[in-house]
Amino acid sequence: MSADTSVRLPGMHAKNPVMTASGTFGYGMEFAPYGDLRGLGGIVVKGLSLLPRTGNPMPRIAETPCGMLNAIGLQNCGVEVFLRDKLPRLPFTETPIVANLYACDADEFAELAGVLSAAEGVAALEVNISCPNVKAGGIAFGQDPAMAGKLTEAVKKRAGDKPVWVKLSPNVTDIVGVARAAVLGGADVLTCINTLTGMAVDIRSRRPRLANVIGGLSGPAIKPVALRCVWQVCQAVSAPVIGVGGISSAEDVLEFILVGAHAVQIGTANFMRPDMAFRIAERLPALMDELGIKNLDAYRGTLAAG
Amino acid sequence: MGISGACRDLTILSVTPAGPVGGQYGCYYLEFDNPGLAAAVAGQFVMVRPACFGSDPVWPRPFSICRLTPDRLTLFVQACGRGTDVLCRLKPGDAVTVWGPLGQGFGLEPDVPTVMLAGGVGIAPFVEYAATHPAPHNLALVFGHRQPLSCYPFSELSQVVARAEAFEEKTPDDLPRFIALLEKTVAEYAGGLIVACGPRPFLMTVARLARRFGARAQVSLENRMACGVGGCLGCVEKNVLGQYVQTCTEGPVFWVEELSLSEDA
Repeated sequence: MSADTSVRLPGMHAKNPVMTASGTFGYGMEFAPYGDLRGLGGIVVKGLSLLPRTGNPMPRIAETPCGMLNAIGLQNCGVEVFLRDKLPRLPFTETPIVANLYACDADEFAELAGVLSAAEGVAALEVNISCPNVKAGGIAFGQDPAMAGKLTEAVKKRAGDKPVWVKLSPNVTDIVGVARAAVLGGADVLTCINTLTGMAVDIRSRRPRLANVIGGLSGPAIKPVALRCVWQVCQAVSAPVIGVGGISSAEDVLEFILVGAHAVQIGTANFMRPDMAFRIAERLPALMDELGIKNLDAYRGTLAAG
Repeated sequence: MGISGACRDLTILSVTPAGPVGGQYGCYYLEFDNPGLAAAVAGQFVMVRPACFGSDPVWPRPFSICRLTPDRLTLFVQACGRGTDVLCRLKPGDAVTVWGPLGQGFGLEPDVPTVMLAGGVGIAPFVEYAATHPAPHNLALVFGHRQPLSCYPFSELSQVVARAEAFEEKTPDDLPRFIALLEKTVAEYAGGLIVACGPRPFLMTVARLARRFGARAQVSLENRMACGVGGCLGCVEKNVLGQYVQTCTEGPVFWVEELSLSEDA
């Protein structure tokens, strides 16, 4: 008797909670040689902007203890090329494909949401609120609850019937405040967390290891931070939460479900080996059987704290 | 079910020092049973991740294929960092995950006089190149190195190709003489084919000379990679149109005229 790994999310049914995180799984097809994309709970594709973006100069990545820094700079093919050339190749009738949105101001975000709302094969829109709001002096949307709420509202208005996911930044004093604002703005789902800002330097060359100097820290090193954020947000809001940050095993997946997450995204672990997400999805039901977990609803949020 | 098996979980057969090791550096041959890797084009690479990496280091490591036969995969690895140091200390039987061959290899034009320009550990793919070239009498090798020559597969290569020349850079003062040798070689092969692999400054010199003499040249870049399969966009290189192209999928071998190869990448 195998455990039921299925997950219900607003407007979407996933066969398991193992999804892939934006920016770590290309546009999906890059990983098709390593496993059956239909075996995943969902695929969140590389962050898309209205127009193609060149991205940051090299070096863009640096390895750090149990993790890595990246400053890719949202290099992407643009939404039009994605919809025309990439999306049709994905198994969108069997696996939810989630578009991740990047823009420099709220109007641009809304326009992008409008374009994607009409796209058959896009199951949901995930809004990257960690990007700087150019019209507000470059402060990240995700660092200010009011700004995050307004942005969510603007995207939601143009999203049609597509569920809106808001991906929260951990680089804030109070992630719960931003989470509440996003839900009030109409977020259907919250994704926790984006990368932590960090830095690495070379004492010999006296240069930063990233051309952009500052980058986003990811990988197993950030898992405790992600787990804490997911737990806090799940305590505070009723919207489903998708946990992401340092997950590299089926055990890690259950840790996030235990603190309240509905599903998870595998990020940097996809770089450890390109079949990682497939392996985790395949291992999960056996692990649930071992632990006597019949379905995820019964296990979710059952952490015996305090 | 959902896993294709393209990532192969292998055990290592042997780790053999190439020449003297010790001090800060050493070069090693890592051998695996070939678990059914498709035939490779010389210059293609594999990603390698030993099980003992655990959560640290997080990235696998890319290595160009040194030799692939129906029953054996050989990599040539210089221990020069926290990943390669671990790899070169592996013992027979240790678990390693390998996937590939990946990327685009070198062009192979049997009837065209071809020179392989190698710098240091960049000699690795030319073992496969020479072994799979149908007309090795059309091949020459110019090799710049800093460690003793016996640390590299130079003598076995020199037995295969028509002409092989090694240049040891003992001090930085030797560099201009090596560049002069490269200049003479590129000029000589301006009507042929040049294939190069080595450190970035070396490849930039080759590119500059190839442009000056109008030579057809390919370079294999060693940009840092995270995933190796086109997923992270970390390993990009700027092309002549000012766009970033992925070294892992569109390279690592590029024609010189495709790339800007500037200092700031």
